[in-house]
Amino acid sequence: MSLLALRDLGKRFGGVNALTDVSFAVDQGDVLGIIGPNGAGKTTLLNCISGLYTPDTGDIRWEAASIRGLAPYRIARLGIGRTFQIVRPFPSMTVRENTAMGALFGRPGARLQPGAALKEADTVLDVVGLGEKRNYPVLRLTVPDRKRLEVARGLAMRPRLLLLDEVMAGLNQVEVELALEMVRRVRDSGVTIVLIEHVMKVIVGVCSRALVLNFGRTLVEGPPADVLKDPRVIEAYLGQRYARDQEPPPYPPPQAGEGNEK
Amino acid sequence: MSSLLRVEKLTAGYGMTPVLFEVDLELASGELIALIGANGAGKSTLLGALSGLVRVSSGTVRLADRLLTGLRPEMIVASGMVHVPQGRRLFSTMTVERNLLLGAYRRHDRQVRADFERILGYFPALANKLDREAGTLSGGEQQMVAIGRGLMARPTLLMIDEPSLGLAPNIVDRVMEIVKAINKDGTAVLLVEQDVVLALDMADRGYVLENGRIAMSGPAAELRRDPAVRKAYLGV
Repeated sequence: MSLLALRDLGKRFGGVNALTDVSFAVDQGDVLGIIGPNGAGKTTLLNCISGLYTPDTGDIRWEAASIRGLAPYRIARLGIGRTFQIVRPFPSMTVRENTAMGALFGRPGARLQPGAALKEADTVLDVVGLGEKRNYPVLRLTVPDRKRLEVARGLAMRPRLLLLDEVMAGLNQVEVELALEMVRRVRDSGVTIVLIEHVMKVIVGVCSRALVLNFGRTLVEGPPADVLKDPRVIEAYLGQRYARDQEPPPYPPPQAGEGNEK
Repeated sequence: MSSLLRVEKLTAGYGMTPVLFEVDLELASGELIALIGANGAGKSTLLGALSGLVRVSSGTVRLADRLLTGLRPEMIVASGMVHVPQGRRLFSTMTVERNLLLGAYRRHDRQVRADFERILGYFPALANKLDREAGTLSGGEQQMVAIGRGLMARPTLLMIDEPSLGLAPNIVDRVMEIVKAINKDGTAVLLVEQDVVLALDMADRGYVLENGRIAMSGPAAELRRDPAVRKAYLGV
């Protein structure tokens, strides 16, 4: 049985079909990358899974049971964590206190004591690489670190599935590498991941599968390398510059260790 | 090359915390300059200091030999230096047309309408969306409105902060083509961009900002080949 399965999911806003007949499944250990043009419905899809929106049609199953229509906090406590594209940390709290909030309120079962929640925060801050900054006020954090904190808050809920909404936006290529290592650590700790990104290095670097949304529908789904070569994806999303830059130069042949440059 | 923008020993920051230290930067009329650096290096702070949003503690900013240091932001806009902020910052419940026209709020000349039509020429995608609320547009379209709004002030220098943020790859290309076209038509551009390859490919020259100081500057093609730049920003 899949961990998460969407069947014929549809969501309308007024006269706009934001999502139409979207179906896919995520198995334990998968890292599914969702890509597609701005406005294609990617964040709407995460909002449906995490319960911020109730889909108009179709179903969402978490293991055996439907979670369609459940309140967001209940979905979170079932083990589905998420991050938001626009980060909203509590500005008066430290990094550690912000992270502890996820542990205090997002976990299934009995409520943790504050001390235990802070301890849990320390554990996940090490996973995301913010351990040394745990006592910083959040306002001191740079953009990449705020994104890491967003991941830490999600992880503190001890999710089995983590939904990441553009946690690499605004990072340069070196910062993306570091963030990729963080995502790999999260994956290796046993968390299944669905992520939205516009950075193809991420899709190729960590995803086991990629799904392209276009106008609210699934355009292509498959192994990342195949998806990124698909002419429909190049046409609708990647553009000719990306396609051109991926082609090996005619000569000299690329040296080992090179060719990673975008 | 006569210098359009001349920044000398600019030190600026927030409250008691300095972020920029004695930054020198020069830009000629019609030039396209890329400003690169890691997150937290001070790029957006530098744009803020130039446009009067961040307090300058010492140093000078001159545009076409006119001293701008200490002027209020609206006076700096009126003098020809315009800032397109990171994250678009549109008035999301106002129409596209009103957002664009707001860029000209400091102007009282009769060319505003004509400029509006001319500027729309850069953004064919916006032509049939003028009466839509700006917040309902896609990210790429919103970025176009933000750039267009900046142009409505008739800048001689347009400063654009991370126009590619959160955009699909093909839309990044389209936005950058527009920036190039604007520059080709005579407006100087100071571009802050995380995609270092993209930025240096389109720029004439570049500056590298590290921990609030200019660490390096030179022709964009040279920076692109520089081993230190490649290691620090491309990871190769």
